[in-house]
Amino acid sequence: MANNKLLRIENLVLHFKTLNGTVQAVDGVHFDLDSNRAVVVLGESGCGKSSLAKAILRLLPRNTGSYSGHIYLDGKDIMTLGDEEFRQNIRWAAISMVPQAAMNALNPVMKVGEQVAEPAVIHLGVSKIEAIALVQKMFQHVGVPADFINRYPFELSGGMRQRVAIAMALVTSPSLIILDEPTSALDVLTQANIFNVLKRLKKELGISFVLITHDIATSSELADDVAVMYAGQIVEMSDARHFFETPLHPYSQKLMSSVPRLHSDKEPDFIVGRPPSLINPPKGCRFAERCPARFEKCSEEPPVFEQDGRKVKCWLYA
Amino acid sequence: MLKEQDEEKKENMDDTLLSADDLHVWFELRRFGFGRAGHVKAVDGVTFSVRAGEAIAVVGESGCGKSSLMKTILGLYKPTKGEIIFDGKNLSTLKGKDLSWYRANVGYVQQDPYGALAPFMSIQRILEEPLIIGGVRDKDERLQRIRKALEEVKLSPVDDFLPKFPHMLSGGQQQRVVIARAMIMGPKFLVADEPVSMLDASVRVEILRLLRGLQQTHNLSVIYITHDLSTVSYFSERIFVMYAGNLVEKAKVRGILDTPLHPYTVALLTGTSEPDAKNADTFKEIPSGEPPSLVHPPSGCRFHPRCPRIIKGLCEVQEPPEFEPEPGHQVACWLYKDNVQP
Repeated sequence: MANNKLLRIENLVLHFKTLNGTVQAVDGVHFDLDSNRAVVVLGESGCGKSSLAKAILRLLPRNTGSYSGHIYLDGKDIMTLGDEEFRQNIRWAAISMVPQAAMNALNPVMKVGEQVAEPAVIHLGVSKIEAIALVQKMFQHVGVPADFINRYPFELSGGMRQRVAIAMALVTSPSLIILDEPTSALDVLTQANIFNVLKRLKKELGISFVLITHDIATSSELADDVAVMYAGQIVEMSDARHFFETPLHPYSQKLMSSVPRLHSDKEPDFIVGRPPSLINPPKGCRFAERCPARFEKCSEEPPVFEQDGRKVKCWLYA
Repeated sequence: MLKEQDEEKKENMDDTLLSADDLHVWFELRRFGFGRAGHVKAVDGVTFSVRAGEAIAVVGESGCGKSSLMKTILGLYKPTKGEIIFDGKNLSTLKGKDLSWYRANVGYVQQDPYGALAPFMSIQRILEEPLIIGGVRDKDERLQRIRKALEEVKLSPVDDFLPKFPHMLSGGQQQRVVIARAMIMGPKFLVADEPVSMLDASVRVEILRLLRGLQQTHNLSVIYITHDLSTVSYFSERIFVMYAGNLVEKAKVRGILDTPLHPYTVALLTGTSEPDAKNADTFKEIPSGEPPSLVHPPSGCRFHPRCPRIIKGLCEVQEPPEFEPEPGHQVACWLYKDNVQP
């Protein structure tokens, strides 16, 4: 069982140095992901979700402070690889990414077909003609008409550009794709269509996903597992079915009750206060300040407790 | 019975604050040099009325014309055809003093709070400006009104916020300042353009509650523009669904959410997710394709190329008029041509 873990992250740390102090964006994250599964990383903005994606792909800005821990991909620790080897064999070849606002990240003066072909030429070493044939196949997977290959990004709608960005992540046949807020700027119907595409890719190609989002309702479209992130740490890790029915951590419960529902008149709740600064996060449980269920014990940092196979970092489950 | 209905109608007419009648907003496309290339028909024959104290949500995808509709209500665009009547006055004929009266009466809450606040102005100056333009001469009175507005949007202690600049505030606080600015002239009508779409989920609810509270205490009419159906029920009494420049369905909130009639509304509701792990097991049945070009909209019903329930020979030929299958629930769709209540 332990062998078919596609991705295993142990004690991942990513800190940034700033003039005001060290920002502990990712601070000791653990999680596992089996192959052909999707994990959703949920959290408010500023909790370190996007930094987690960057840490996995080693896309580090210049002001990186400490960067440590273990990331096992198919049992191999990719943190020990040199930068060049990582670039050649891991980034985009094994793990690719659809960055936030990907639809605006396309090169405006390059035809979309050529852009999607580029990673294939670089990582798979195929010729340009073979790569274009590959692009055609990928466009079919994500539902972009084949004749769009010769178009420029401005000729495409937002939804189509997003599909192109997904095709670009797909073209090297990676085993894992990291999606950073893939649909947050899109309309409802386009959003639902994109999730249909992602579901189909998961089913037909057996790809795994890490989906980073703050949108709980749409995240349930893809989730097998849910990881809730708060102030740089994962506070709950659970399978989707149990999570959406009965979230354990008080923060997860608050998040769930803030989701507006279509067919109920119960007013959604909001979480009082703001996430703590990641420069000097509070000692003890980082959520304690906003937590309705806090008690004396919360001034100490809680370990991760297991309950029915679910992991929760909260003293309530001691 | 008929008399009663008439009376009810009259009553409704009386407290109508704003109405739009066959409103068209077209933008001309020019070719290089001379000649015209046609029009972008952003708003194409929209009729509705808003009562005093009523909150309405206009729901639609991007590019359906909802922002153009909003900007026309604000007086930023001139209607190509049709008119907007506010409190008995025709908007396109207002000039000078009347126009500033209109502007004082209609507040605007922008979508992106950070973009809407001048970065080099303190909160006090931002809120003072509309008062100066609106002709409040007395400095002390201005300060008093600014304080009152900030208290109303729950930015307290007020003195801490007055000298701050927009970048020192969180997104939620910035949006509160935008709302305070919209409210400072004491408007009767508020136009809110996706007021929460740029905010975090947990802050959204807070802002929506604030707007709802203001609407109720001041008996404001609100038009709330959004593409997110899941938040509208907490905010508005009626929903208008807009597609390609037309209002395709108008009804009370529950009517739209629980018994949607137009196939487009049904699709929007299907596309909106609720947190449920079962979602991951099924594909959503929604129309593919994209909203049509507004330069050459499809003939007949504009939704027909994407519609799963198209009536061949009718929908693509003739534009559907508005039917009223249930009282107070209007829908522009041929499916309901036979069950119109007399």
